[in-house]
Amino acid sequence: MAPSVWESARALRAAYAAGTLLPSQVIAAALDRIALRDPKLHAFLHLDSERARQEAVEWDGLYAQARRNAAGDTLPPLAGIPVAVKDNLCTRGVPTTCGSRILDGWLPPYDATVIARLRRAGAVIIGKTNLDEFAMGSSTENSAFGPTRNPWDLSRVPGGSSGGSAAAVAAGYVPLALGSDTGGSIRQPAGFCGVVGLKPTYGRVSRYGLVAFASSLDQIGPFARDVADCALLLNVIAGADPRDSTSADVPVPDFLGATDQPRHGIRLGVPSEAFGSGVDAGVAEAVRAALDTFDNLGFRVEEIALPTLDAALPTYYLIAPAEASSNLARYDGVRHGMRDGSDDLFEMVTRTRQRGFGAEVKRRIMLGTYALSAGYYEAFYIKAQKVRTLVARDFDRAFAQVDIVVMPTSPTLPFAIGERVDDPLQMYFSDIFTIPVNLAGLPGLSLPCGFSAGLPVGMQLVGRAFDETTLLQAGGAYQQATSWHLRHAPEA
Amino acid sequence: MERSEPMDPTGAGGGTREVVIGIEIHVQLLTASKMFCGCPTEFGAPPNTLVCPVCLGLPGSLPVLNRRAVELGLRTAVALGCRVHSRSRFHRKNYYYPDLAKNYQISQYQYAGHPPLATGGVLEIQVGGRPWRVAIRRVHLEEDTARLVHPAGTGGAASSLVDYNRSGVPLMEIVTEPDLRSPGEAREFLNALRRLLQFAEVSSCRMEEGTLRCDANLSLQPPGGPPGVRTEVKNMNSVRAVERALAFEAVRQHEVLARGEVVVQETRHWDERRGVTFASRSKEEAEDYRYFPEPDLVPLDVDGAWVAAIREALPELPAARRDRLIATFGLAAYDADLITATPAMAKFFEETVTLGPHPKVVANWLSGAVAAYLNEHGVEIDQIALTPARLSALLLLVDEGTVSGRTAKDVLVEMIAHDQEPEAVVEARGLQQISDEATLRVVVDKVIADHPGPAAEIRAGKVRALPFLVGQVMRATGGRANPEAANRLLKERLS
Ligand SMILES: [Zn+2]
Repeated sequence: MAPSVWESARALRAAYAAGTLLPSQVIAAALDRIALRDPKLHAFLHLDSERARQEAVEWDGLYAQARRNAAGDTLPPLAGIPVAVKDNLCTRGVPTTCGSRILDGWLPPYDATVIARLRRAGAVIIGKTNLDEFAMGSSTENSAFGPTRNPWDLSRVPGGSSGGSAAAVAAGYVPLALGSDTGGSIRQPAGFCGVVGLKPTYGRVSRYGLVAFASSLDQIGPFARDVADCALLLNVIAGADPRDSTSADVPVPDFLGATDQPRHGIRLGVPSEAFGSGVDAGVAEAVRAALDTFDNLGFRVEEIALPTLDAALPTYYLIAPAEASSNLARYDGVRHGMRDGSDDLFEMVTRTRQRGFGAEVKRRIMLGTYALSAGYYEAFYIKAQKVRTLVARDFDRAFAQVDIVVMPTSPTLPFAIGERVDDPLQMYFSDIFTIPVNLAGLPGLSLPCGFSAGLPVGMQLVGRAFDETTLLQAGGAYQQATSWHLRHAPEA
Repeated sequence: MERSEPMDPTGAGGGTREVVIGIEIHVQLLTASKMFCGCPTEFGAPPNTLVCPVCLGLPGSLPVLNRRAVELGLRTAVALGCRVHSRSRFHRKNYYYPDLAKNYQISQYQYAGHPPLATGGVLEIQVGGRPWRVAIRRVHLEEDTARLVHPAGTGGAASSLVDYNRSGVPLMEIVTEPDLRSPGEAREFLNALRRLLQFAEVSSCRMEEGTLRCDANLSLQPPGGPPGVRTEVKNMNSVRAVERALAFEAVRQHEVLARGEVVVQETRHWDERRGVTFASRSKEEAEDYRYFPEPDLVPLDVDGAWVAAIREALPELPAARRDRLIATFGLAAYDADLITATPAMAKFFEETVTLGPHPKVVANWLSGAVAAYLNEHGVEIDQIALTPARLSALLLLVDEGTVSGRTAKDVLVEMIAHDQEPEAVVEARGLQQISDEATLRVVVDKVIADHPGPAAEIRAGKVRALPFLVGQVMRATGGRANPEAANRLLKERLS
């Protein structure tokens, strides 16, 4: 049969096992579709086509062998499934640019832990997706290699920074993708592109091999078109890693299995602050309608307070740039990536960084350097850390009362390309509901909950630390009752 | 407490300012792997062969703390009587330099609420024969930088090379309070600290290999006055260099003040060849390191049980070892000091004693002939081809009368030089002692015949000349005659 580009990873996996579909057909169809559509969409920075085709053929054989075997299907969970990964995840021998000129031409000598886990699970990594440079941005317009477009409306942004991964899933290239989320970089593009995106609890997934933006906030997570696929990919990448001291040694439950099991009595809390001024009327309407659906499904919906919500954005813009200013110091032309040579060492470093970094990255390096400087450290960095604690405490109080906090993923609909590039504060505002979740280190799930003016609206479910299961169960129940996630972006 | 006289650098007296010295040392810890990755810490491997994404600071890499390094840090803290903090944190020290793979160094910075591994210890040294306690301010852990290599013969070359083998090697920093009052005390302190760290098996402390590096600060304080302006002195590659550099710096500061000028607070480098300190180019004036907690590492928690286990397993420290050697083996204080100068020597002594020889004889040999050999060749006992078994065998040959004590000293040197057993040396060179009376009698008779004067004196009852004749017998036998037998036979013949 001809493969449908909209099949879930689970359906593909079942069809492979049944022999009704071959991995090589699916990979070929994905690459054909990308070749046809991506010149306009620009979700990918690099395609690993040859290797993908080769691996797919190997899986064809292994599935055929497995069907002849009496032992049945013992192949790994993502065997032959095409997956796209954000280009800030290190892939051995495959370009990893972080959307920056400064890493142009760099070939990592090692795989990130999540990449190794994907490969072990049988995934076929078909390419590296576009992003805002070093994951700094909310529209993917800060990529040094040009913006990605929103599959629902090519004149609009896909969100960011993981815009390429969100677009690749929304455009029917791949059923699964990985992104990273420091202040909303998975959830906001998932919302803008009408797909499911999960930022796991800080420490749930190893950061080893994720090129750091802000180490205390960064977390890798899955994109998918439905909640169950999202759970499937989370199961593959989650779990402690001896290479990442901040990865947590907590048990990894069967997320996929839990998604199918309805659970009653889940309590949802809605902060009144999340529907205040600045929130697009269409967004607010869609999220409220979703709450009604939950109510009809037997969830308890009540109002809660998150009084520090307003303080989260300025807090984040001290902590994240402070860490970034240090994390990005290693790009100096000495060891890897681009070098703008000179006879004088410090001139070489200066010129390399001047030419290699884009405007937003430079802005954040300067912000962060300032926040850490002697004389300002107390007033900025230390104070921000204190507010960060207050934000986390607000969530703790909420979770004494409810199991999930529901907010819009972003206050706005996908905006037009170029609309906000000259107004960083407007751009930053796009993440006001996702940033507090990173500050508190909690899991957040974004899922499609409707449309406004033909553009997708995302709803965010925030849970207790290491309780992704409850989010996936609630999201699974919602998708059982609704069909927003089954709508496809138009064929352009 | 009484102590040595304050140093008067000019010797002029009058208005003498007291020299005030603080020491900061970095030692490489005796771990098999680096501080934050699994790469080996070997010395002398080809450049950039002991590296990985972590110690190269590659994008995406993350540090993982070496537990063994923490243990060695704790062992030091316990040995110095420091307070170990139940929670300490690593910080990033941010500055740009190509020997710094990430352009920040992971170190333990002291900040409110973020103490280093341990603080507030003490090390006792001997000053003018009396004990003097030097307060230890802090002990903390950090990673080493890479090594810059400037290709030889290319002065002002357009390129430098970086060897990252050293990048990420575990270091421990120990900082004293400004408790030292002369360059000589600084030397005593360094020797005592080095000994302590070697006995605790924390570091090899070899300055020539860079596993112990020392910076010092020095100021002159008028009697009863406020502290003077400090200068920091760097780049000293031996204990002797530290002493010389500090002596130079004390005189220099005194002369600056004597001219009515002020001492500038600065970092100065020691030039070993010219024997001077000079101000380094002011690259680091008021450098802002923008310290902040390292978000890639979790806080380091050390509970009481861990510290207790470290204390329990602490190797015997030099002072305890010395006291035990005196008590157990009846050694003289001088011998005990010498034998506990290095752990290798102390170990050598105890291993030799277990093989049978009398402890005092072993001590005499170690503090005499062996120490002389080591001094002459500038080596340590574990760097030469002498083993406890070989020394013990040699002493047995002396004991049995196979070789004389005098000959044995030559055998020792030959054994070391040719990596041989003592029996083999004696055999090959025909050094067996002559105790056979018939053989000796022939020699004795000839000596008497050749020296009729002294022989006559002895016959006349003036035995003062006897040693002369014994000496002649030894000489005639190339030192191989058994001196006691020669003595007895001479007496017999001349009675
Ligand atoms: Zn390494």
